[in-house]
Amino acid sequence: MVLDTLSAWAVPLLVAGIPLYALTRKVNVYAAFLEGAKGGFETGIRIVPPLVAVLVALGMLRASGALDAVARALAPLLEPIGLPASVLPLVVIRPLSGGAALGVVGDVLRTEGPDSYAGRLVSVMCGSTETTFYVLAVYFGAAGITRYRHALPAALLADLAGMTAALVVVRLLFGG
Amino acid sequence: MGLVWTFLVVSALVTAAFTGSVAALTGAIADSAGMAVTVALGLVGVMTLWLGLMKVAEEAGLVNQVARLVRPLMRRLFPEVPAGHPALGSMVLNLSANLLGLGNAATPFGVRAMQELETLNPRKGVATDAQALFAAMNTASLQLVPATVIALRAGAGSRAPAEILGATLVASACGLVVAVVVAKLLARLHLGDAR
Repeated sequence: MVLDTLSAWAVPLLVAGIPLYALTRKVNVYAAFLEGAKGGFETGIRIVPPLVAVLVALGMLRASGALDAVARALAPLLEPIGLPASVLPLVVIRPLSGGAALGVVGDVLRTEGPDSYAGRLVSVMCGSTETTFYVLAVYFGAAGITRYRHALPAALLADLAGMTAALVVVRLLFGG
Repeated sequence: MGLVWTFLVVSALVTAAFTGSVAALTGAIADSAGMAVTVALGLVGVMTLWLGLMKVAEEAGLVNQVARLVRPLMRRLFPEVPAGHPALGSMVLNLSANLLGLGNAATPFGVRAMQELETLNPRKGVATDAQALFAAMNTASLQLVPATVIALRAGAGSRAPAEILGATLVASACGLVVAVVVAKLLARLHLGDAR
């Protein structure tokens, strides 16, 4: 498949191509690399505190059964609009935990098949949204930001819009 | 964020009390804290590599060329960031890496963009409009090829693993549009400015 080849080549090509191009521009490639790379470790360490905070909160939510409870409470509201009960946990979990979301996707693909309505729906929903809390913790954490202001509501509404759009588009394209 | 965080933690405890799973919380707390460190340290390698490569690309003038290509769009989205500011280049690299599905590279670029945007921030520690918008755009996950999901589908024996490509693109585009519109609207309300 063309796409496979493309994604296999992209990273190695960039890693080799950028220095090569820089060399033709008479850049001191190695010195520039080390200069830029200097901040990598520090930034990684800076992310630890906010990430611990967010992941502990989400780990507690999962272990307490709160996520399942929310999914169960929403089920009667969402099933009439075409959201199968098996897909529902994904809607709740997706912004919170990337690993758990992939778990739900794997489950649905296995039990209902990847080419079923539920299988396509989880695929599109998972591919079109991000692990919002993780992204915000990493990005804001690295910049030392503790007050997110309207970033969280905007991001969560975007997730909601992406999922709603997934529902509509999958129905239109594949039926079900 | 303190409010959201406390709410999440407290509601977990209250739910656990009802479901009788309080005992499981202690383990989950320790596991999650350990996992957070593993994830952050896991980022260090790629972060260092891509920050280094980005500096090389910058000195070769590549970053500026890419940034100039989409300048009209970036100026509309982030009017408060002055033209030629390094944050613009980092943001463009982050958004393109996301688009191409290069998650490993996107995170370091995004992190650097955030730090550079912070240099423009008059109130350190409080997200600016540009930072909030940029973060929200990053959570919309616009990518040309959702590689992880396609791999999962192929693994599950799908007849056409990539058939969800178009639908995914449309759905994430909707998410992105909503992220931008909501962030812009809420920025006008000066949410959290007064406190």
